[in-house]
Amino acid sequence: MSNENLIEVVNLKKYFNVGKNKILKAVDDVSFNIKKGETLGLVGESGCGKTTCGRTILGLYAATSGHVYYCGKDVHAMDFNEKIKFKKNAQIILQDPYASLDPRMTIGEIIGEGIDVHFKLTRIERQRRINELLDTVGLNQEHASRFPHELSGGQRQRVGIARALAVEPQFIVCDEPISALDVSIQAQIVNLLVRLQKEIGLTYLFISHDLSMVKHISDRVGVMYLGSMVELAPSFNIYQKPLHPYTKALISAIPIPDPKIEDERKRIKLEGEVPSPINPPEGCKFFKRCVQATDKCKNVSPQLKEVEKNHFVACHQC
Amino acid sequence: METISKEKFRRIQIDYKESEKIARPQIGYWQDVWRRLKSNKVAILSLIILVIIVFMTIIGPYLSGYDFKEIDSAKINQRPSKENWFGTDELGRDIFARVWKAGRVSMVIGITGALISAVVGTMYGGFSAYFGGRVDTIMMRIVEILISVPYLLVVILISIITDSRSLGTMMISLTLTGWCGTARMVRGQMLQLKSQEYILAAEALGVKPLKIIMKHLIPNVLNVLIVSISFDIPGYIFSETFLSYIGLGIQPPNTSWGALASAAQRNFIFYPYQLFFPALMIALTMLTFTLLGDGLRDALDPRLRE
Repeated sequence: MSNENLIEVVNLKKYFNVGKNKILKAVDDVSFNIKKGETLGLVGESGCGKTTCGRTILGLYAATSGHVYYCGKDVHAMDFNEKIKFKKNAQIILQDPYASLDPRMTIGEIIGEGIDVHFKLTRIERQRRINELLDTVGLNQEHASRFPHELSGGQRQRVGIARALAVEPQFIVCDEPISALDVSIQAQIVNLLVRLQKEIGLTYLFISHDLSMVKHISDRVGVMYLGSMVELAPSFNIYQKPLHPYTKALISAIPIPDPKIEDERKRIKLEGEVPSPINPPEGCKFFKRCVQATDKCKNVSPQLKEVEKNHFVACHQC
Repeated sequence: METISKEKFRRIQIDYKESEKIARPQIGYWQDVWRRLKSNKVAILSLIILVIIVFMTIIGPYLSGYDFKEIDSAKINQRPSKENWFGTDELGRDIFARVWKAGRVSMVIGITGALISAVVGTMYGGFSAYFGGRVDTIMMRIVEILISVPYLLVVILISIITDSRSLGTMMISLTLTGWCGTARMVRGQMLQLKSQEYILAAEALGVKPLKIIMKHLIPNVLNVLIVSISFDIPGYIFSETFLSYIGLGIQPPNTSWGALASAAQRNFIFYPYQLFFPALMIALTMLTFTLLGDGLRDALDPRLRE
């Protein structure tokens, strides 16, 4: 079973020092694994540590403690050559297609950057590869000589995908790749990602706060709240019978495109604000907003436990 | 209602390859900058005046037929005339030749001074920003201390220590603290760029730090750097002028605009033209560099692209 796991995250913690005696716990003791060829969705509200989690997995941030294993090797303990090799295999697609492309480089140069690092190609081979990649993500060869500002948001995000694909990775962290795009373009990009997964056999960690998109693309979904994983289950289970009160509230907030059902359904409205991730409360982090909270929740931090097969929840009440 | 016969309709295919045909010619970044600069009339006029001034400092001293240090006691304090276009000074030297000869010194100081402070400032600021943390703090405190030292003091100290008042000593004393402003600005820019997502993407791709600096950071700092150079040049020219005016700068027989103005102000009431020409050149050069810098800043700003 463990051989199938492409990525294994064990008790990962990422704290930031934000001044005297102030520690921002962006990712606080998160464990999960991603199987080869699978898409794991990661959802949660803004600031809950999804992005930090994704970047720490790729070794872009040094972990405070815990381990990330890629094919059994610890990402944070790799030497220089292993790290380069890992970077060839694990890539990232960034959120903002406007900020993630260097305004001074042409699209061809941007895509070619990774090729130059990991492959030794002649100029003609390199050009052919760039054209191939442009074709794969649905752009034209003419785009190679253009600058990012000459493209639309959707086209830029395709360039971002092509840049990640250029090094022929196995695993891609999609860090909210669609949240900066409008709805019609979102569908195109998600379908492109699904198509690429089928064709190349990619593994995704799909970070998003758009629940319906995550449902569409993911095999399993993890729900994060204030740096912790509160529920991890197959996509179907999360949407049909969420167990954690926070997940229930999130799921109830998805609009249903049918006015009759939409009128009848009850939304679970959460009271209060998300506590600050700087020195978060002890016990269950969701305690103050939870309707089912008891004294135990106030004092003891719940651990992720398997309630049903493959369905993990961190809640004392489930 | 009138019916339209079917033959009048024709099916037109959409060629998707055509949709990406580029309507306007492809232009690179610098061509685009030039295009925008050209549309700014003030900047272009400044550029033309500057080119003329620079051109005249090169060929000007040979045009009037007089040498700039040729003393003629028969022609003292002449008004501008056919023989001496800008008149002569109290030693009978041709002011036209002297103004352009003096311009050479001012231009050399302005341009090399700005270039030195740009190079040193970029390296220092880039280093400071890239390493960050404690290195950054220490390096920036050093800059703050250097900035707080009045440059007149530095100039006097250096001219005493080296016991010379040549062009070289003046260059050293002016640039010794002059690069600090550029270093601060480059550091600020680089810090901002460092957190850009494309730098993160390059790191994720495994691009080496040196290559990130060369390919991403420096090209993106270049536009602010060019603007800062064009603003620094008049600053250096003015400093030189000021130093020469108070007698700390260029020594005779060599001359600069400041030295000319300084010599002329003694006879200002009787021979105002002797002050007028060097003062005009100083004013024109400073004004045109500043206006050109302004135009460049607008032209180089990618956010103002049409």
